[in-house]
Amino acid sequence: MAEQMTGAEMVIQALVDQEVEHIFGYPGGAVLPIYDAIFQNDKVEHILVRHEQGATHAAEGYARSTGKCGVVLVTSGPGATNAVTGLTDALLDSIPMVCITGQVPTPLIGSDAFQECDTVGITRNCTKHNYLVKSVEDLPRILHEAFYVATSGRPGPVVIDIPKDVQFALGNYANPNISSHPTYKPQMEGELDAIKIAVDMMLKAERPVFYTGGGVINSGDDATKSLREMAELTGFPVTSTLMGLGAYPADGEQWLGMLGMHGTYEANMAMHDCDLMICVGARFDDRITGRIDAFSPNSRKIHIDIDPSSINKNIVVDLPIVGDCGHVLEEMVRLWRAKTNAPRTEEIQPWLQQIDQWRAVKSLRYEKSDSVIKPQYAIERLYELTKDRDVYITTEVGQHQMWAAQHFHFNQPNRWMTSGGLGTMGYGLPASVGVQVAHRDALVIDIAGEASVQMTMQEMSTAVQYGLPIKIFILNNEYMGMVRQWQELLHGGRYSSSYSESLPDFVMMAQAFGAHGIMCDDPKELDDKIMEMIEIDKPVLFDCRVTKEENCLPMIPSGKAHHEMILPDTADIGNIIDEKGKVLV
Amino acid sequence: MFKPSWDLERSQSVERHTLTVLVDNEPGVLARVVGLFSARGFNIDSLTVSETEHDRHRSRITIVTVATPKVLSQIKLQLERLIPVHRVHDLTAEGESLERELALIKVAGKGENRVETLRLAEAFRANVVDASIDSFVFEITGRPSKVEQFISLMQPLGLVEVVRTGLTAISRGKEGM
Repeated sequence: MAEQMTGAEMVIQALVDQEVEHIFGYPGGAVLPIYDAIFQNDKVEHILVRHEQGATHAAEGYARSTGKCGVVLVTSGPGATNAVTGLTDALLDSIPMVCITGQVPTPLIGSDAFQECDTVGITRNCTKHNYLVKSVEDLPRILHEAFYVATSGRPGPVVIDIPKDVQFALGNYANPNISSHPTYKPQMEGELDAIKIAVDMMLKAERPVFYTGGGVINSGDDATKSLREMAELTGFPVTSTLMGLGAYPADGEQWLGMLGMHGTYEANMAMHDCDLMICVGARFDDRITGRIDAFSPNSRKIHIDIDPSSINKNIVVDLPIVGDCGHVLEEMVRLWRAKTNAPRTEEIQPWLQQIDQWRAVKSLRYEKSDSVIKPQYAIERLYELTKDRDVYITTEVGQHQMWAAQHFHFNQPNRWMTSGGLGTMGYGLPASVGVQVAHRDALVIDIAGEASVQMTMQEMSTAVQYGLPIKIFILNNEYMGMVRQWQELLHGGRYSSSYSESLPDFVMMAQAFGAHGIMCDDPKELDDKIMEMIEIDKPVLFDCRVTKEENCLPMIPSGKAHHEMILPDTADIGNIIDEKGKVLV
Repeated sequence: MFKPSWDLERSQSVERHTLTVLVDNEPGVLARVVGLFSARGFNIDSLTVSETEHDRHRSRITIVTVATPKVLSQIKLQLERLIPVHRVHDLTAEGESLERELALIKVAGKGENRVETLRLAEAFRANVVDASIDSFVFEITGRPSKVEQFISLMQPLGLVEVVRTGLTAISRGKEGM
């Protein structure tokens, strides 16, 4: 039944129809009618952030930890431009998000009006799709289509730009219940013939490895379940990208750890020496492949991906399977079962033994210390003291992020929120706000660096306002650690602008926000202070002072292949990367 | 049936291909297509666009691009990923297609040159669409090579300026897109 209402009311009604409970936003002139509609509704809760970038990352954290669509509401001009980083982040990490932006009234568009910007022009290349709503008649369809596009297929961010006069205009609203689209038709089912061939290849493999990614998490719990089943049925070892952590449990016997630039030795060597690679919902990103022409030279490669354009983009594969990895894995399980009930553990024994030898290298080892807190040790303790709780981890970007990926262990999906593709410093704190909004009683920890966390520190104020007891665990080494590490690797240890000459007192800062501050620089006190952080029902800034010039290892240096990793006991890392590698990032 | 993709790496040499793209004629659709090419570093040699089915708000975009087989496959897949894109066909890969271009060519001259200009125009089936006592504007349609050749012949005879539509193309036979 069509109902007459204003454009602004349609926005809220559409959110209600989409079962959206929380939105993250910031008001301004061009969205006032929508804020008025929010004021008069009691179904959608609005979380007021302190900066629009914070709203986008909060929505990402919310989406990633729930599997739902994150929703953002910002004003025109600077509201929209501030959202661009988060939109791009969501695009690169395939996070479902709908971002509603206000726009100047239609007659003023193009006149350089106050707080006008070309939002659809600016966001065209950093969204999955975007809309400028010119008439209130189009609004109900666009609102619902946006959710469909954002959440189906390979998920991503969608912008709806709504001019202020359209928000005021009266029109008829009905939920069009969109479940398909005339031109956008994501392929969900994988081709059966191809899956059959994949199973045959797997039945013959002698050195197989599952290489899984964020697609498994995006696909949902069924995909995780099928992946675990498939791993069990085959007995094949499993590694994952940064985005895919938790899909296969870190305490599983076949787990190799994360792969890639800062992945484990065993994961990367297995990728290099395997004879069959089964890539599930990952995209052969440059952090994963290292030097392309030396990438896994003797393997046949199966690539399962919902996005056809991911296939053969970076690495040419032998068997592409386009489809949702949940569907494809389910089919694979069925076909495998029809052929055999025994895993191939016996047949691949030499391979598993080889992997054990690589494991014995213990590539994540580090030198312990009694006097200073090692960053790896801090994460290890944080993991040990929180593992039995309902814990969610977000991170910023840099060394702390890689240490968290290496030393914190995830046994469940949707527990690990990090900026993988775009590498956005400042992601973790607002993301933790979003996660905590979705999971009020959970323990939500942002493993942060002192540099990253200052980029979106203002969101502490949001956490305090809504009583969100997020824990910001800062590994403070006074450096932009990853920048410093690369300067050591590539630029003769000339630490140009990577040292923080003037850091705030994080404890006082916490107090100023109305949060709780903790400082720790003694490994002996670390456990007690972590417990103090966990037990306080308030947002906490934890200033954990760690070794200043620790390098994040192991590492595939830029321009090198998987088997050319720098291991933890490498004395001088300054002479490893050649001229060709230097130009890479 | 799935296709193995080893052949993609077979050739590193670039090829010129004509793509035809069926899109919804909505605001910004051309910007999406062009933006995709610039954002991903693909080449555009020529591009034409016009609404072809007014009632259904559909346009056809014809793009001529130069790329390696691997990149060509990416271009097609990336275009298909755009929401308002219905279909993308690589006409060059799909066999013989008809390719045409229209040009308007202004030539100024007097005396013997003017006579020669007209003679050549007749040979090339170029129409006179404007004439003054010391100039002509010709309309010529044909394969780009024919247009190219006519323009170069006009060069010494007083060529003033040229405008070209860029290539538009359609597949042979009874099948539509």
